[in-house]
Parts: sequence; C-alpha cells; structure tokens
Amino acid sequence: MSASRTWSVALTGIDGAIVEVEADQSNQTPGFHIIGLPDSALREAASRVHNASANCGLALSRRRITVNLSPASLPKQGSGFDVAIAVAALATDGGMDEDSLARTVHLGELGLDGRLRPVPGVLPAVLAAARAGFERIVVPHANADEARLVDGVRVLAAASLAEVARAHGADVAEVELEPVPRPAAAAGSAEAPELADVIGQPEAVEALIAAAAGDHHLLMSGPPGAGKTMLASRLPGILPPLGDEAAIQVASVRSLCGEPVEALVRRPPFEAPHHSASVAALVGGGSRLVRPGAIARATHGVLFLDEAGEFPAHALDALRQPLETGSIVIHRAGFTASFPARFQLVLATNPCPCGNYGVRAAVCECPPMAIRRYLGRLSGPLLDRVDIELRLARVSVTQASRSGVVSTQAARERIAQARDRAAHRLRETPWRVNARVDGTWLRSGPLALPPVARRPLDAALHRGSLTLRGYDRTLRLAWTLADLDGHSAPTVHDVGRALYMKKGITP
Amino acid sequence: MAQKDVLGRAGEDRAAAHLAGRGWRLLDRNWRCRQGELDIVALDGPDLVVVEVKTRRTIGFGHPLEAVDERKRARLWRLAMAWAAAHPELARGREIRLDAVAVIGADAATAKLEHVVDLR
Repeated sequence: MSASRTWSVALTGIDGAIVEVEADQSNQTPGFHIIGLPDSALREAASRVHNASANCGLALSRRRITVNLSPASLPKQGSGFDVAIAVAALATDGGMDEDSLARTVHLGELGLDGRLRPVPGVLPAVLAAARAGFERIVVPHANADEARLVDGVRVLAAASLAEVARAHGADVAEVELEPVPRPAAAAGSAEAPELADVIGQPEAVEALIAAAAGDHHLLMSGPPGAGKTMLASRLPGILPPLGDEAAIQVASVRSLCGEPVEALVRRPPFEAPHHSASVAALVGGGSRLVRPGAIARATHGVLFLDEAGEFPAHALDALRQPLETGSIVIHRAGFTASFPARFQLVLATNPCPCGNYGVRAAVCECPPMAIRRYLGRLSGPLLDRVDIELRLARVSVTQASRSGVVSTQAARERIAQARDRAAHRLRETPWRVNARVDGTWLRSGPLALPPVARRPLDAALHRGSLTLRGYDRTLRLAWTLADLDGHSAPTVHDVGRALYMKKGITP
Repeated sequence: MAQKDVLGRAGEDRAAAHLAGRGWRLLDRNWRCRQGELDIVALDGPDLVVVEVKTRRTIGFGHPLEAVDERKRARLWRLAMAWAAAHPELARGREIRLDAVAVIGADAATAKLEHVVDLR
C-alpha cells in the first residue's frame, strides 16, 4: 500500500499542461475522492473507474482512495483523465510496475464495461506530452491514428482497461472486448473547387491569385450574384499545401473541436461563419472548457466573412488582435487559453443595402446616407489591414458563354513560384511573405524602389488620395504582382496595377 | 431468529474473540439505547474503542465496510458519546476511537476478517 503516480494532460487552448495523477490508499472505510479542481465530468470519474475495474476483473482496493491531480491549482475538465485515475488507483495495491507507470502518459475516457472511449484533443495532448519528454503514451483505440501523427513517442492504443493494466505488468485475464469504434469523419469534399469554373471576371481571378501569392487580406464588393462567394471558396485550392507544422496545428484545432482526426490534411482550411456569429463563436469561448472559434479553425487557411457589413461591429473588431499577432488568447478564471489564429481574411460585402449601387442597368433605391453607413460598418482599423479591395461587377451575357481561362493547377504553380521568389528575396529578414513585410523596411530598406517606379504612388500621396499606411500596403502588393510576373522589382506598371487594386472601394 | 441475524451474531462473536485474542479488554456487547445499538465496546490499552462489526456471506452485494458510510459513522460517534455518558467511571480520561471489523464468509468461524483501525 503506497502512493502511486502516473501522468495525463490538461488542455488549455491548444497548449497542454502535464498533470501528475497521484493515488493513495488510507486504511479507512471504502471511498474514492478526486481532488485538484475537477469539474463535474471529472468528479464522476470515480463511478466510471469503479465499474470499469470491476468489469475488467481488476480489483480496486476496498479502502479509501484519494486521487490528486497536480498542479492542484489548474482547473481540469472532462473525462480524459479516467484512464490515468484508474491505473493510479489500481496500482495502490501493488501488482503494477511503478516505474512503467511513472514514465507513461494516459489519455482516455472509460466506459462502464471497461472499454476506452475516444476523447477530443488527443493530438495536442500527445504533442504536449512529447514536448515534456514522455516517450510512452496510452490512448484509446479509436484515437490511435491521431496520436501516431506525432513523431518520437510510442503509442499504445488500448481497447480496454485490462489491456492497459497488463501493459504495466498487472496479472489480469484477457477480456474479449470489441474496441469502441471511431466516430465517422465528416464527409469533406476531396477536391477543391476548380478555379476555371469562374467565368469572366479576369481581374478578380488575378486579384485572387495576388492575394494567395502575397498572403494579402482581401475585400470584395459587388452586387448579389457577382461571384464573391464562388471566388472566395476557390482560394484554399490555389494556396500552397500546408507544411508539417501548420498541418499539425490545423489538425490539433480540429481535434479540440471534437472532430475525428485520422490523417494530416494538407489543404488549407476554409471557414465561412454566418454573419449572425457572436464574438464567442468567432474567437472561441466557453466558461471552463474553452472551445476554439471560427478564427482558430481558420488558422493557416482562409476566413471568409460573407456580408461582412452585417456582422456585429464588436465581432469584427475582435479580429484585430489575431490579425496583428497571429494568435488568440482567451482569459478565464484560473487559466488562459491560447489558439493559433494566422489566417487570411477575405471579406465580401454588397455595395449598398439593396445591392444595386454602381451596377449598370440596375436602380439603387438606397438613400446616400444608407450607402455611406453601410460601408462605414467595416471599421477603419480593420480595413487598414486589407491590402486588396476588389470591385466586382455582374458577368455580362457575352462573357457567360465563355469558360474561365485560369485553372487551379496553373494558378497554384504561378503562386508557388511567386512565393519562392519572395521567400528567396526576404531570406535575410524575419518575413517570408510580402504582406508581412515592415513598411519602413520596404520604403527605405535595401530594396527601396527607384523614384521612376514609385511615381504613381508618390503622386497619389501628394494628391492626398493615399495615406502613408495605404502607401506601404500598395507597395507590398506591387512586390507581389512583380513576383507573379517574374520581375526582379516592381515596374511602374506593377505599381499602377497595385494602386488600382488597393483603391477599389474605400479611399 | 432470522438467518441474517444468526450470521450477524456469529460474526460479532468471531470479532470479539479476535479482539480478545489481541489482548483487548471487552467492556460491553450489544449495548442498546434509544438511539441504537453498539456491537462491541472495548479497551485497547488506554483507548476506549467502539467497534462496529459487519458480516456478509459474500461480497456479491458489496464489501461489508462499504455499509459503514458517512451517516453510519456519524451515528456511531453519537452512540459512543452516549455510552461514555452512561459509563462515566470507565470512560473518564480516555480517548475514544471508532473501529470497524468486516467478517466475510458463510461460516463465521473460518471467515475472512478485516479490521480497520480509527475510522474518520
């Protein structure tokens, strides 16, 4: 009879904290107490552990068992600690290899029959354990593929508590139990939508390619039916595939949302929250268990806000911090949760409430004030971060019969080349894509443009139609356009085009 | 006497023999008052010990000690105080302790016996 210890992981946001699970027996009437700030689901682990042990032929001590989850001050929630609590409690009677327990992290929920049930957040938990130096991890059978995405750890995918106990040297008979099946993955379309489906709109396609190449945020304005949603949904397909680290982060966020993760998805995610979304839906929330919101789910991908003007103003302003820092931090009593939030923002809006303002052969019935107010809903600080402002028109009859010219494949190749060129040029700097480059460095650094090339920009600045910040943004975009066309530096032509794209809607 | 009471009685005898064998001085058996009954009251060295004995044929319906829960412990403490009040000459100056003995088996003479010292 002694204290036994093993390990598990408490998740706060995408970061996991290693939790030591200690169990001790005292010579008292039978009882089972869990301490260390458990929530209700975790407190109920006592009953699950009791029945699961009995049904696996494992004898839980008939004395008082106290389980402590340390650090005791960190709030812990959910059923993922069940397995760690069970093995620690069973080990208080001896009969298990203490050393083996102390080197293993256990994750998983117990069923009353003793089977291990899948839990959300296995991938970030295994990552945290691997970072903390653990090499052996027990996960439910249904989470096996997800846990094996992490390199450098040995994963034991167990179907039942008896199997886990046997792995630690307990003398227990084999129990024939069907492993709990993994929930079916959501049926996602295998292929990204094809860019060539976009008919007409050559300027828009070009702007979309520029946005993808330079990681520029994009605002589209156009009447209903102009193809804003169609264009935005084609952006993930032309973005370069995710690298290992990015793909793991994307999968981690999916895992935290409780979606089954089987393999790394290389296509950047596409999130399009409805415009009634609250701040909590966008940034993530919840009182004890913080769930990632649309921003976190869009990390390393595209966040598309259709009818951007209809979003509540404070919801849009919640985007400003993640746009600046690339992560989102949520504070709750006792802990803070952080999620990655490095996404490409695509905003779409109608030109006015009725949608017909500025459209040929259509009559806009909105009073001028309504039009101004409508565009004014997108706050200045948010628009400041948007590099490309695109004005879309409806496709005319003559164009409608023609098919699109740029295929997804061709666009992807052009974008990859442009990104390579930018990365090569910026190899001495902390930046990798044009949209992130510091404005001062761009204006007066080693790559400052000659006055001849800057002329359209300088003229716009003098005229007062461009702010200095807008100047920087246009310059960044000009570099992206130059990268796309294979120029070594932006020409007057590139700068002119950039100016046109920047000044699409707002001054 | 019902079958269960026969078993319970046999379990208490077995427990009493066990405690006497350990050198305890038994003071009282099945002491009753309005609040209930104490199985065994004994002296373990200087301490006054109130012992609750629980006997079960098998653990199919749970371990006997599981029946000694929070509520039962509180009641035993009240009874212990009542006994001490009724026997001031024996209780004065002594520490009072609560023990539990579980007897598991159909035949009390050969049954398994577990003794938990100092319930809290």
